[in-house]
Amino acid sequence: MGATTALKNKPTGQALDVERVRSDFPILGLKVNGKQLAYLDSAASAQVPQQVIDRLTHYHSCEHANIHRGVHYLSEQATNAYEAARKKIQGFINAAHDREVIFTRGTTNAINTVAHGFGRAFVGEGDEIIISHMEHHSNIVPWQMLCEEKGARLKVIPVDDTGQLLVDEYRKLLGERTKLVAITHVSNVLGTVNPVKEMIAMAHAHGVPVLIDGAQGVPHMKVDVQDLDCDFYAFSGHKMCGPTGIGILYGKSSLLEKMQPYEGGGDMILSVTLEKTTYNTIPYKFEAGTPPIAAAIGLGTAVDYLESIGVAAIQAHEHSLVEYGTEALSGIEGVQLYGTAPDKAGVLSFNIAGVHAHDVGTILNDEGVAVRTGHHCAQPLMQRYGVPATARASFYLYNTLEEVDQLAAGIRRVQQIFG
Amino acid sequence: MPRGYDACSRFSGSKKNRLGKYQRIGTQPQRNKHSMDSKQLYQEVILDHNKKPRNWGQLDSPSHKAEGLNPLCGDHIWVMLNVDDQRVEEIAFEGESCAICKASASMMTAKVKGKHIDEVEQLVDEFRGMTTGSMNASQSAHLGHLTVFEGVKDLPSRVKCAILPWHTLHAALQAETTASTEGDDDPVPGSGNAA
Repeated sequence: MGATTALKNKPTGQALDVERVRSDFPILGLKVNGKQLAYLDSAASAQVPQQVIDRLTHYHSCEHANIHRGVHYLSEQATNAYEAARKKIQGFINAAHDREVIFTRGTTNAINTVAHGFGRAFVGEGDEIIISHMEHHSNIVPWQMLCEEKGARLKVIPVDDTGQLLVDEYRKLLGERTKLVAITHVSNVLGTVNPVKEMIAMAHAHGVPVLIDGAQGVPHMKVDVQDLDCDFYAFSGHKMCGPTGIGILYGKSSLLEKMQPYEGGGDMILSVTLEKTTYNTIPYKFEAGTPPIAAAIGLGTAVDYLESIGVAAIQAHEHSLVEYGTEALSGIEGVQLYGTAPDKAGVLSFNIAGVHAHDVGTILNDEGVAVRTGHHCAQPLMQRYGVPATARASFYLYNTLEEVDQLAAGIRRVQQIFG
Repeated sequence: MPRGYDACSRFSGSKKNRLGKYQRIGTQPQRNKHSMDSKQLYQEVILDHNKKPRNWGQLDSPSHKAEGLNPLCGDHIWVMLNVDDQRVEEIAFEGESCAICKASASMMTAKVKGKHIDEVEQLVDEFRGMTTGSMNASQSAHLGHLTVFEGVKDLPSRVKCAILPWHTLHAALQAETTASTEGDDDPVPGSGNAA
């Protein structure tokens, strides 16, 4: 399939006023090496709008105290703001209850919470866990560790040359011994949007719960966890215009209630004696210690921000950028694109013939263009495509067609230097 | 909530520009005097060694051999030597790497061939000192053409690429089997792990 193949499923949404959006992000005004910054690395971490920065400042200026403890005014303010953020996120992903929304440190921490809490309780020797070949290391390593500890086996759904999961192979992997399926919603390297709703239904037909790594999903498309019927959904705040150090584990309450807590400590208990501890109810059972309160509140504001722009409009905007970028990069001789699935998010992974991706990244930086280079924490996928590394441009609501042009010009500059 | 609070504007007025070499729009871009761009780094000699690496390949039965890994960009090389009477008689390298790493390895092998291992270790120290910025050029008197790599000290994420062959050579001489750039003099700690 050629890279220029028209992408299907063109999202519809009202037009996004990109200049107005950009004015919300102070960092986008930077010049780097004397050039206008073109920030094309939002899949690694998105930038933060002034609204979120202001919210963090306000919290630290006027509301900060520890939560769920004090009877004093500030503790109440902080607790209310923290729990209000949880409700905003509940609404954003359409979870049935706010207690199904657990604050974590990020996607990695969320997945490890399930690997530990679910894995310890329900996975035994000879059991199987299914992942895919396009997972980020954070959705591979926790399961490998669990399998090693329990004597369980990891089964891997293969990927075709365009970057799509082979769903028929997945069907064959599901069986008696399968205890959990853990797959990504959107590939951080290829941009492939996986048919997770269909894959969840297939697992449920075998009574198998499914965890979705949504780090690249929630920031870029409308996610309705009840419609997907996923059992767990993990994502990070900093990839959706929120602060770092905060993420979410959504889980069905029926499962969360049966799981062991990942960490023990304060706030996750009902009562402690030196002989026995009674755990708190969900979500607090999984939120031991003082959480990143400010970051959680900031994430709530990021959700407000994304909703004010409209997730459908953001998705349509990214779609036009990736379509334009695919055409621009395919037109440059010697540029190889990876990931040409018809249903694809705003990611362009590429290599330039004869030039290592890391050299590409350094020269693009001189042109003010920020891209990610390397294995993108997905070494098995790199091995699948037989490359040590790729360069990756990724788009978000604030990127422009001019920045894609700047990328293309930078690529020509790389070719000139290595000519 | 205080709206219109512009945290970044506070930086631009301060004596010390906390944004370093990154400049706000509207201000004249001022290059840090040590900063460099790829035009300076990707010099002809480096591009040439990248395209036609010297001592590329394997040795049949090397007396010393080590593998080097740079998890940040996936550089993965092997350095092999035949050391006889404390002298590097033969040296070769191969692997998969970026231009900076490959050129550094190529020039390194050309430089150390025929040298006493004490001299080789001295060169390793000088190269490491120069590229991490802990030594100036006059203290790196034996490096010769290798001073083309001095500029990487201003590109922290690329220092590892240039040093990897030297770490690997050092490991081979110390009879360690694997070298990694995730070491003590790592200029970018943990940089292999960001998503």
